[in-house]
Amino acid sequence: MTDAAARNKGASWRALARAGRFLGMPLLLAAAMAATVAVHPDFGSFEIQSLALGALPLALAAAAQAIVVISGGIDLSIGSMIAVSNVLSASLMQHATFGQSLALSIVVLIAGAGQGLLNGLVVAFSRIPDVVATLTTGFIWGGVALLILERPGGGAPAAYLNIGAGADFWPWLPNALVLMVVAIAAIWLPIRLSRIGLLIYAAGSDPVAAFRSGVDVMRARTIAYVFSGIACAVGGMALTMTTGIGAPLAGAYYTLSSVAAIVIGGVSLAGGRGGMVGPVIAALLLTLAPMVLVFLGIDPNYGQVIQGTLIVLVVMIAGFFAFLQERK
Amino acid sequence: MSAVLGFLRARTIYALILLLAVFVVGVEIVRPGTVTPLWASNTILFAAPLAIMAGGQTLVMLTGGIDLSVASVATGAAYLLATNASSGTAPAIGLALLVGVIVGIINGIGVALLRVQPLVMTLGTGLMTGGVLIVYSQHMLASQPHVPDIIQTLGAGRVFGLVPIDLFLWLIIGALILFGLQRTGFGRLLYAVGDNREACHLAGVRVWRVLFANYLLCAVLAAIAGLVVVGGTNAADLSLADSYLLPSVACVVIGGTSIFGGRGGYAGTIIGALILTVLTGLLTLLDVSEPIKQILYGAIILSLAAAYARLTE
Amino acid sequence: MNDAPPLLHIRGVAKTFGAVRALRSADLEVRAGEAHALMGANGAGKSTLVKIITGVFPADDGEMTLAGQKVAFRSPAEARRAGIVSVYQDPAIVPDLTVSQNMRLARVSTEKVKAAMRDLGVERIPLATVAREVDFALLRLIDLARALASDPRILMLDEITAALPADLSERVFKVVRDFRSRGASMIFISHRMAEIAMLCDRATVLRDGVTVGVTPTKGAEETIVDLMLGSDVAKATTAPAARAGRPETAHEVPALEVEGLSYGHALSGVSFRVNRGEVLGVAALEGQGQEELFDCIAGVRRADAGEVRAEGRVLKLRHPADAIRAGLVLVPANRLVSLLPQRSVQENVALAAFGRLRSWGPIAIGEERRRVDMAVRKLQIDTRAAAEVRRLSGGNMQKVVIARWIAAGFKTLLCFDPTRGIDIGTKKQIYALMREIADQGLSVLLFTSELPEIRLACDRAIVLFGGRISSEMPAAEADEARLLRAAHGLTRTEAAAALA
Repeated sequence: MTDAAARNKGASWRALARAGRFLGMPLLLAAAMAATVAVHPDFGSFEIQSLALGALPLALAAAAQAIVVISGGIDLSIGSMIAVSNVLSASLMQHATFGQSLALSIVVLIAGAGQGLLNGLVVAFSRIPDVVATLTTGFIWGGVALLILERPGGGAPAAYLNIGAGADFWPWLPNALVLMVVAIAAIWLPIRLSRIGLLIYAAGSDPVAAFRSGVDVMRARTIAYVFSGIACAVGGMALTMTTGIGAPLAGAYYTLSSVAAIVIGGVSLAGGRGGMVGPVIAALLLTLAPMVLVFLGIDPNYGQVIQGTLIVLVVMIAGFFAFLQERK
Repeated sequence: MSAVLGFLRARTIYALILLLAVFVVGVEIVRPGTVTPLWASNTILFAAPLAIMAGGQTLVMLTGGIDLSVASVATGAAYLLATNASSGTAPAIGLALLVGVIVGIINGIGVALLRVQPLVMTLGTGLMTGGVLIVYSQHMLASQPHVPDIIQTLGAGRVFGLVPIDLFLWLIIGALILFGLQRTGFGRLLYAVGDNREACHLAGVRVWRVLFANYLLCAVLAAIAGLVVVGGTNAADLSLADSYLLPSVACVVIGGTSIFGGRGGYAGTIIGALILTVLTGLLTLLDVSEPIKQILYGAIILSLAAAYARLTE
Repeated sequence: MNDAPPLLHIRGVAKTFGAVRALRSADLEVRAGEAHALMGANGAGKSTLVKIITGVFPADDGEMTLAGQKVAFRSPAEARRAGIVSVYQDPAIVPDLTVSQNMRLARVSTEKVKAAMRDLGVERIPLATVAREVDFALLRLIDLARALASDPRILMLDEITAALPADLSERVFKVVRDFRSRGASMIFISHRMAEIAMLCDRATVLRDGVTVGVTPTKGAEETIVDLMLGSDVAKATTAPAARAGRPETAHEVPALEVEGLSYGHALSGVSFRVNRGEVLGVAALEGQGQEELFDCIAGVRRADAGEVRAEGRVLKLRHPADAIRAGLVLVPANRLVSLLPQRSVQENVALAAFGRLRSWGPIAIGEERRRVDMAVRKLQIDTRAAAEVRRLSGGNMQKVVIARWIAAGFKTLLCFDPTRGIDIGTKKQIYALMREIADQGLSVLLFTSELPEIRLACDRAIVLFGGRISSEMPAAEADEARLLRAAHGLTRTEAAAALA
């Protein structure tokens, strides 16, 4: 065929692939929801609210991880940062009024940004690879969380805890889901639509080319870590809303699961590719899985096995397809 | 001064030994009289399992990978040993090592064959193994877990009341790793694959075999480390080795192996393990709360890694 | 020609990396509106000097003045702001961003970019295409367009036409000439004398990290080569006479035989043979299938159809190890691909010995050292930086790759553009080596992008066009005109018109 025809054919295949990537996750979610309802016909608005509220902290953890990974790094301290915000908010807000708790939320956000900034500066200036750096800062944040609250405790005003509960707009649209979308959009859209987003994607995609094009790669990556810290701060406060207390060891689950969520959600660990929609939907799926187990009457202890196996299978299958592609 | 730095840069192992000496002196300063042969014996006793686990981690990091499942494997091996000891010591040890073999094979298939990033793959298998253990622990209520004598001797015993038995195991494994890395084809290939995988492919090397064997080896070493730990603690619990994950990576990094692969070795890791063990002991002597200890530990590791990165610029 | 005061003046710049002194005392003087060539052998320090000028890293010593002001750029962004932009062989284009996003990174106006792209003839690429999906050669032009669009005072082009097809190179030259006429300056790095003589006014020659001479380019080719090599070497190396060709003995089993080889759209039914003791040259323009051909023979890619025979035996090539076992070894154009950068020369040369499972055991160090030393000596590799191969110059790196195969033993050496971007001295050494290999009864299949090399180094030549062999001739007849004609798949008259 002619050159132009070949190019067009290639273009339509690529458009199809792009559409597939775009629609893949939402379709998967729809399929999972359909399967859940099939298994448990009583699945109603209450269950959707539980799902959304339960997934809220993980969705924010996934968003935090996604930003950092897109910028070319990784953040293994996300769980600990969430724990810090969790115990910080729970101890600050314990005897506060609703109005005060909202003001204190800002304090927690700033603290989160500070944590992120520290992460970013360590990665940028210490020349330690980000895996090791964030593994270690995570350990430090863990200590900070224990320092703030040695044991689970604290609390927050009931009105604050109820922000995420219920469904004020429509029975099938949980407040938690609205909160999720609003919070993540508030953090991500300013990045995505501005020059900073361009720099972050460039830094993650090819730091050398970006550097030569005049991008300050280290600054872009540090900013990514700051935003990750902010998202974790919201995640920690979401955890306070979900559990009602602060628990210094609550974060451990979120680090690993945030990586799982972004991998399942189509963000490339190599950087420079992906968005927020995939990881957030993945967070919903990962939270849905244990619920379905309960519905199926399976021992909930199997939860972690299933999650781990799910991650392993997903990455192995993705790896397999990439492997086939490369052999062509 | 710059001459000294230059020397240390060329022979970083001396910088590490110097650092170890500094920490030992620090211990003596904080509480005079602590540094005794018995103290040294204890330090080595506790450093051995970490060093064995870090040995596997060194092998994996030399190829540019990482293994985040080592803690779960160690815990799993320990737990399986303790809960199956009543069926006989040898089968129990066999089962324990089998945990390492199975997880190692799965990691190998993922990383070597399917080209999954090691970070994600081992994260997943670590979660999986931990989860399987939880389920297993729920269903294994029958026999009373206990640790066989031979493992206890391995993990806690001493010769002449001074020389820890696990040191001998460490020495054997250490010698094998050191020799393997320097003088065998497999060791050469680890460095080569870590440095430039494609170049190895073009030179006719079947890279997947090297990586597969490597992750298998790492998991088995983690299982062995788990046995030594449980021998020392004589208690089977589900988070036995969790606290070993960060240190296992830290020793390797501080010891001079690049996380990007192609450079480093086990000698540095050995000193790194000793440094971290002495550091833990030092922090225990300080009269501060647990959280502060944790923060200090992390901060010191961070500083060491950063200093090391600068030194080897 | 131009007595304007220097726009850019560099004096005594030095730079050391660990144990290696990349630059000792480099001087460079570029006038406004001048096209200035920067020349030197590989390892002479050209790219280090360029990187210092454009702010990739700072100099250890020396000073740099731009329009009379002292400057020291700490990043490419700073250099850009001062009006110095460079275009490297590797386009500084981020693969996951679209073309227009890449433009925005460098903060250039869209109109200017569109104008530059029109001049270069690449305006048809939709700006919303993701860079990863654009052809590599076009990416380099886009990089150039972006650089031109930022209206630099000094434009630096590092081997801009390397691996560019002739038609695209033409466009680049035209645009470069237009650029100069606007009064801006250019620093041009290239190994191609013809281009330099055509485009540049003066040339500065670097050797071993020092500026050894500055000369106008007109008619100064010999002078420049002398400066680059240093007079002793220049006298010692003479161009090898055109090969007489080895009489073909039809009864001998050829070392390598390819029959009906096809690979996707790139190759269709390619057949040829390489006899024992022969150097067979392959000539082709960019992208005619030569890369796929070599990859298929070397076991790096799997052919769709056809047969490869080594010494009469049909080969099943699924992995480079299969080809290597049959004695077919590959020396790729990009040496970084086949080298272990942080490992020593010894480890690099010995690598091929570890393909088999049984080699995983203890190494016989003495035996290995002997074999490696023999190969290193034979190739005259400069091992001063033996500890880490990445510190070697490009030419020495290429020699390490070849040394690997000398040490391991082979039957046919598949050289893909081995002298690309390598200095003249090393080039001649490599040609002499290939002749020696052939004289020993082994064979060489050589692809080169520089047509004059065919006559110098080969016994016979085949020309690849559109994935097929368009011509075959003995070296004596392989003059540039005939090769070009066959490379374009043209008839005699069309070829004459193309060269006019």
